[in-house]
Parts: sequence; C-alpha cells; structure tokens
Amino acid sequence: MKKTMSKTLRSNIITIGLVVAVFVIVQILIGTGNISSLMKGLLVPLCVYAILAVSLNLTVGILGELSLGHAGFMCIGAFSSAFFSKCMKMFLPGMPAGLRFFLAILVGAAFAGLLGILIGIPVLRLKGDYLAIVTLAFGEIIKNIINILYLGVDEAGVHFSLKSSMDLHMEDSDKIIINGAMGITGTPGDSNFTIGIVLLLITLIIVLNLIHSRDGRAIMSIRDNTIAAESVGIPVTRYKLMAFSISAALAGVAGVLYAHNLSTLTATPKNFGYNMSIMILVFVVLGGMGNIRGSMIAAVVLTLLPELLRGVVSDYRMLIYAIILIVMMLFNWAPKCIEWREKTVAMIRGKLSPKSAAKEGE
Amino acid sequence: MSFITYLINGISLGSVYALIALGYTMVYGIAKMLNFAHGDVIMVGGFTCYTVCSTMGMHPVVGVLLSVVVCTLLGIVIERVAYKPLRMASSPLAVLITAIGVSYLLQNLALLIFGANAKSFTSVVNMKSLKLADGQITVSGVTIVTIVTCIVIMAALMFFINKTKLGQAMLAVSEDKGAAQLMGINVNATICLTFAIGSALAAIAGVLLCSAYPSLTPYTGSMPGIKAFVAAVFGGIGSVPGAFIGGILLGVIQIFSQAYISSQMADAIVFAVLIVVLLVKPTGLLGKNIQEKV
Repeated sequence: MKKTMSKTLRSNIITIGLVVAVFVIVQILIGTGNISSLMKGLLVPLCVYAILAVSLNLTVGILGELSLGHAGFMCIGAFSSAFFSKCMKMFLPGMPAGLRFFLAILVGAAFAGLLGILIGIPVLRLKGDYLAIVTLAFGEIIKNIINILYLGVDEAGVHFSLKSSMDLHMEDSDKIIINGAMGITGTPGDSNFTIGIVLLLITLIIVLNLIHSRDGRAIMSIRDNTIAAESVGIPVTRYKLMAFSISAALAGVAGVLYAHNLSTLTATPKNFGYNMSIMILVFVVLGGMGNIRGSMIAAVVLTLLPELLRGVVSDYRMLIYAIILIVMMLFNWAPKCIEWREKTVAMIRGKLSPKSAAKEGE
Repeated sequence: MSFITYLINGISLGSVYALIALGYTMVYGIAKMLNFAHGDVIMVGGFTCYTVCSTMGMHPVVGVLLSVVVCTLLGIVIERVAYKPLRMASSPLAVLITAIGVSYLLQNLALLIFGANAKSFTSVVNMKSLKLADGQITVSGVTIVTIVTCIVIMAALMFFINKTKLGQAMLAVSEDKGAAQLMGINVNATICLTFAIGSALAAIAGVLLCSAYPSLTPYTGSMPGIKAFVAAVFGGIGSVPGAFIGGILLGVIQIFSQAYISSQMADAIVFAVLIVVLLVKPTGLLGKNIQEKV
C-alpha cells in the first residue's frame, strides 16, 4: 500500500501529521502543567501567524506575485468579524458561542475574500515590484480608514461616520461598536488553541488541495511563464484572481482568530501595518517560497525566537533576531554559500564512506 | 494666501521626499532591488547630526558633513556585506528580505544606543524666516534651505549622470550589467558608488527632515522612507527626474489633503493617488515602458 502512495500525498500527510503532532504534544504539556503562561498566551498567535504564512505563500510562492498588503486583508477579516460578533452578542444574546464564532469566521473570510477580488481586479494587471507597492498602499489605506471609522448600531439602524463619535448622533454611546482609533472593545473571546489548530488544518487542506489540483497547476504555470501559459489557453487573469482572493480570504480567517483572542481590537501600525505584511513575507521567504510546510515552520520559529531570547538576552533580543535573519538569508540564498554548503556536505559524505567517493571518482 | 503657504510647505516636504526617493530610484535602477533599509539610513543621518551638534556641541556644518560621511560608509558596508553576496541569488526576494533584516538591525541598534524616547533635534539652519506679501506669508528658514538644497543637489546629480564618465557608467550598468562589464566598466565599484551616493543623499534628507520636524526616534525614518518609496514609484522607479517630480508632487498632495480634507486621512489619500496613477500609467509618470519579449 505504501509503495503506491504518491509523493504529494505522502508530503501532505507529513505536513498535516506535523500539525496534529504539535497539537497533541502541546495538549500533553498543558495537561501536565509544563508550559509557562507566556507560552500559553502565544499559542493562538502562533496559529494566526502560521495561517497567514500559508495563505501568503499561495500568492507569493504559488502564484509568484509579491504582495505587501497581506495584513490589510487580515485587518478586514478581524474588524468585520468582531463587528459581527459584537452585534450578535448585543441583539441575539441567546445565540450559542460556537455558532456565533462559526458565522463570524464566514463573515471575516467573505469580507476579506471580496476585498481581495475588488483589489485584485485592477491590481493584478501590474507586475512585479509595482504590484508590491500597490498592495502595500492598499494595506495602508485599509488600516488608515479603519482608524477613522466610527460605526454604531441601535434601534434606528446603522450609524456611520468618518469624523468623530459625536457625528454618529446616537443617544446611547454604549452602542458604538467601532470607535475610530480606539477600535472595538469587548469582542467575545471565542478563540482558543484547539480552534486555531482546526482552522490551520482547514487552511492547509484548502491550500494543499488547490496546489495539487488542475487549477493549482494552471496557477503555477502562470508563475513559471505567463506568456507560455497564456498561449496554451490558460485564462491568466481568472486564475490570478482566484489565487489572490483565496489567499485574502484565508488571511481574513487569521484575522478572525486574532480578533476573538483579544478583548480590545485596534488597528495600529504594529499589528495591521506594512510591518506586519513584511513580517509575514519574511516567514514565507525564509521557509521557502512555494513550500507550505516550510513557511509554517518559519512562522512558528520566528515568532518563538524573540520570546525565547527574552529570557537570555532581553535587551539585545531584537538585535540578535535581525542578525539571525540576515545570516540565515545569506546562508540560504547566496550562491557562494550554497556552493560552499554543497562542497562541505560532499566532503563529509566522502569521509564517512570513502568507498563510494572512490567509485564516484572512477 | 494660506493656499500659497501650504504650497510652499508642500514643496519643502516634497523636497525631502525627493532626496530620499533619489536614493531609492538610483539603487533600484542599478541593482533592481527595493532597499527597505534606506529609510533607516535617514534615521542614522539624523542621529549622527544630533550626537555631533547637541551632545558634543560642535558646529552644525560639522554635524552635517559627519553625518554624510557616516551614512556613505554605512551604505557601502551594507551593500558589501548584506546585498552583494545575494546579487546572483535565484530569487530577487532574497535580497528584499535581507534589506528588511538590515532595517531591523539599524532600528534596534539605534534603540539600544539612544533609547526609545524621542530626542528633540536642534535645527541646523539659523536663518530668519522670510515675510512675503506684506507679512501675509511667512516662510521659515528651514523651508527655504530645504528647497534650495534639493534643487542644487538635483542639478548636480543630473550633471554627474549625464556629463561625467562615472555617471555614464552608472547608466550603462543599469541598462545591461553584462554588456557594461564587457565595455570595461567595473560593475561592482559602480554599484557601490550608487549606494554611496544614495546614502549620502539620505543623510542630507535626514538632517533636513529632523530640522523641519524636530523629533528623533529610532523609527523616524520608516514612514518617510515608505512615502519616498511611493514617490519614486509615482515618478517611475529608476528615473532620476521622475523621483524629483514624484517627491515634490507627493509632498504637495500630502500637505493639501492635510489642510483641506482631513489630517487623519492624508496618508490614505497619498496612497490612493499612487494607485490611481499606477492604474492609468503602470510604470509611473516618467517610467520607461518596456515591451515584453518571448
């Protein structure tokens, strides 16, 4: 049976098995009380970053377009779902939390995906670095607008303003849901580690299935050679838009998970600005473009690294992080380093088994 | 009358953006990379000048000169250590991520040395403000110096690129590295020179920026850096006059939208204008349209 198992299937099973194994190990650690509260607090963010890395890998690694606005889609997912959850909590308090969160995920994914299509239609005409800068601009615009958006709901309907909470003309200030730069407070805390892992698994299944499907091969052919793909009749724009919007919707799901993990949701440059988008891109490039498992591992390692360094060298931790990032990039990508690595590996192998090395020489 | 004041302020801010954008655009033209650490070189320039003038109490001119020297050296070192080994990498994204790493490195070094509190930067310009039209318009000394500096540098740069051998070598390398090498141009030295010039301009921009907005933190450079990057793309990345025009336009648009529309939405408007320009003209205002060949 195992011999007939295809290579892709085995790789997929390893990826999903890895996530399940991590989940089981963490659950055991929690059960035996061997995990610090700091690490416990990091579990949901780790799932968020892993989902973001996997979803961005679809755009950058599989579609081959550089996007620097991924945090914008996450932002939309987070705010739309938090708005939805808070409305439900206010007007339908009897609704079970599970159903509410399930619907919130759908709302977040739908809004982010829709925005992905809306942005994708004009933006995907551009190429390379121009596409990158326009996605960056869109991400910043989304963050900026969320920061000045005031939205409230009461019996009279939805009140909306871009100026201040006073302009909403609402009698009951408790019913203001999105309060400009102060964001949304009191989102129900529906996220937990189990839900995070389940969402990560769903993301993985969606992305891995897409990659190995007919559509996925079409998308990769666009990455490898757009003109050739076009000439064999692949509708380039449609597939680009498909990959881009799926990636956006999955980022929206990560946003939902993020929003329901916090009691106060605000759009700051740190969590939804271009710094965040760049951070996700770092996960993808360091983990390997197009390598889903790699980007997931990179997300986890790079999120844990500064926290682990906190205990050892607290003042220098971000400095060390930056140096490690540069060195890892040089080590992984510089042609001279790759050559040196191959030589070293060959030398070690030669020493371990001199016979095989001699045979190669013949 | 306030319209003219806003216009002058916009041009002044735009001049700073233009100086930074020149660095972006030259590096992009020659190395085909987005140098995300460029914004942080501005910050290093600002901090060097702050240390020399405010802490050590030396003359502002010494401060400006020293910050230019420090940033030029920094630019060369960054290029040699972090970017050059990756020039032949299989993916152009590798060098982009390394640039982000360098950006984190510079920010955190500054954070360790100077702390997170904002330093108040003493302006290097001791010029009286100018009153025009019977005192209805006041133009500060910094504004005048910024605009004049930008025009002088722009003229000098255009002369350097179009009339000197080194400048022509830079153009040749940006067109075709291989052919330039065959013609006997030292490609590595030329790329190094480009980084040096870009970083020197960033130092000047940093000092001028901090003179106009005198609060200096390790993150001072990042937003102006992104804005200048937008300006470079706006004018057509790789084009020197494009960076100048893009920078000025961006500064004017930003000040006008702050004044007439909403100060909170200014950034969104700047980015929206960029998107509209790129959708109408996908290579920027002065960008070359390269035909795709199979």
